[in-house]
Amino acid sequence: MTTTAHTEEKILFTQGNIACAEGALYAGCNFFGGYPITPSTEVAEHMAEELPRRNGAFIQMEDEIASLGAVIGAALAGAKAMTATSGPGFSLMQELIGYACIAEVPCVIVNVMRGGPSTGLPTSPAQSDLLQAKWGTHGDHPTIALVPSSVEEMFTETVRAFNLSEYFRTPVIVLGDEIIGHMREKFRVPRSGEIEVIDRKVPDGDGICRLPYRADGKHPACLPNFGTSRFHVTGLNHDESGFPTMDPSIVQDSNARILDKVYHQRELIDKVDMRYCEDAEILFVSVGSAARAAEEVVEEYRRKGVKAGLFRPITLWPFPKKEFIPCAERAKTIVVPEMNLGQLRTVVERFARSEKILPVNLVSGEPLDPDFIVATIEKSKR
Amino acid sequence: MFDYSAYLRNEKLPHIWCPGCGHGIILKSLIRAIAKTGWDKDDIVLVSGIGCASRLPGYVDCNTLHTAHGRALAFATGVKLAKPKFHVIVVSGDGDALAIGGNHFIHACRRNIDISLIIFNNGIYGMTGGQYSPTTPQGDKAATAPHGHIEPDFDVAALAKGAGATFVARGTSYHVPQLDDYIYQAFMHKGFSVVEVVEACYTTHGRKQKTKYKSNLDMMKWQKDRAVPLAKSREMKPEELAGKFVTGILHEVERPEYADRYAGLVTSLKGGDK
Repeated sequence: MTTTAHTEEKILFTQGNIACAEGALYAGCNFFGGYPITPSTEVAEHMAEELPRRNGAFIQMEDEIASLGAVIGAALAGAKAMTATSGPGFSLMQELIGYACIAEVPCVIVNVMRGGPSTGLPTSPAQSDLLQAKWGTHGDHPTIALVPSSVEEMFTETVRAFNLSEYFRTPVIVLGDEIIGHMREKFRVPRSGEIEVIDRKVPDGDGICRLPYRADGKHPACLPNFGTSRFHVTGLNHDESGFPTMDPSIVQDSNARILDKVYHQRELIDKVDMRYCEDAEILFVSVGSAARAAEEVVEEYRRKGVKAGLFRPITLWPFPKKEFIPCAERAKTIVVPEMNLGQLRTVVERFARSEKILPVNLVSGEPLDPDFIVATIEKSKR
Repeated sequence: MFDYSAYLRNEKLPHIWCPGCGHGIILKSLIRAIAKTGWDKDDIVLVSGIGCASRLPGYVDCNTLHTAHGRALAFATGVKLAKPKFHVIVVSGDGDALAIGGNHFIHACRRNIDISLIIFNNGIYGMTGGQYSPTTPQGDKAATAPHGHIEPDFDVAALAKGAGATFVARGTSYHVPQLDDYIYQAFMHKGFSVVEVVEACYTTHGRKQKTKYKSNLDMMKWQKDRAVPLAKSREMKPEELAGKFVTGILHEVERPEYADRYAGLVTSLKGGDK
């Protein structure tokens, strides 16, 4: 099963969810398994329209657990596979995110975040799952999560999510939100080849691979796709052959390796948008749609001569600490605007003294706007 | 003499199952059925969930996928739709297929995707130590029903048929030649096929029914005494069938298969306007 990629350039005026689906197709996604949930459904709808036209497979499963199960099955059969969901569905997917981590199966999970907990505010924006993306599934596991803040980035970050997932053989999460997902903006769809598309490494030649989980040092395993080597895949701790083991040293090492393979090559993952950070005394740390409001405040402050800067992790997990630490040390105040009650702040607190952190939290279901940020800052001065 | 070694990962034996367990009987039946199909082992994907039965794929020399509890059919659906050339077989226990995996089960039946599901129905959660499952007989004792089980059980075959499976058979671990045939027929059937295999777990279930079973042999006798072949059942009155279960190929119809339908959709869109 191969899909046809874009060859011609096109300009789109469209919403983030459609841009996300287009990004997936650009990256060669040829399998989508999903379950309808607001505000992510347009991703599934667009894939349902396009995949059968491109010789790819689309299926609406009976729930989100089944969706990710089908995605992982398809990926093991060789597909580039994805799903899209929102908070409640993301909660259900946690079980199999862990499976994809330990079995080293590439797949992309898009979470267009909405208000929570529980059913919460299905049609309203929030950044409710920043920490669920990191810690949601049980057991120690690597996490790569990308946070776009524009329609164009929904495209480019989805392409990057596939690339990272294929390279590292681990699930990659794209954290959109209701604003980015539904907002319409103009952007240019790159020509085929303009953005690099990475495919998973499989063993060389047609030979039988008896040790699919043999990895070179701190690297991903190199599994063949199903159909050549008759190997075993399991969610139990396993040795290099893929079969279950309880050998303490193998379990210790393999658990560490699936983290190390991601965290020892952070230069391939880190991505930050830094504005005026080099001399910023008041540093804004924000992601996704909230960062758009923060950016506006930063520009306004600069016009007034205030040394403000924006640190916007596009790769949220792993957190780009190498880039962040010097900025945090220089800043006198660190403002953390986010549409939750302090999830990003918990990370900022690891690298900066809490007395210089000013949280700006909105969970009302309204978009976080620049006035709200400024008002919160002014209030803190009183 | 049938050579099982050609289909087994011999270095993975002995298996983990207890003496008296029916799983080994079903494994051999499954292997004989696979051999009869003549399928290339590289084209077979054997998928399972979690539980004693779900350890079976580890012993079989083909593409094997041991998934999460209850989710085997979801993974299998992805495999089949991504690569329809694969022969996809799912093995699952009664708890795995019908409790935690119940939703996936009915929807796989409804879709009629070309997957064969073999349900190892021993009426108990064996791996966790004998808790009641959706098919534990009412009145039996279980680790979580120390005073006797009060829930009714599923009629697995009726459930499969009602949900839309196009091939449904029921056999036992006692009637082995028939079981070989049911599994083989299920493999040959185009569409979603279900074979329920009534079997027993003496270690975690039988031992708790002190008045019913003295040994695992008594559990085999229970299967022998209660199984009624389909043809014979048609001559029996409902009261005569009380407490028994019907075996055979209980339901077989033709209906468009899901992956074929999807391929048809793809073909119909080719050359269409974009």
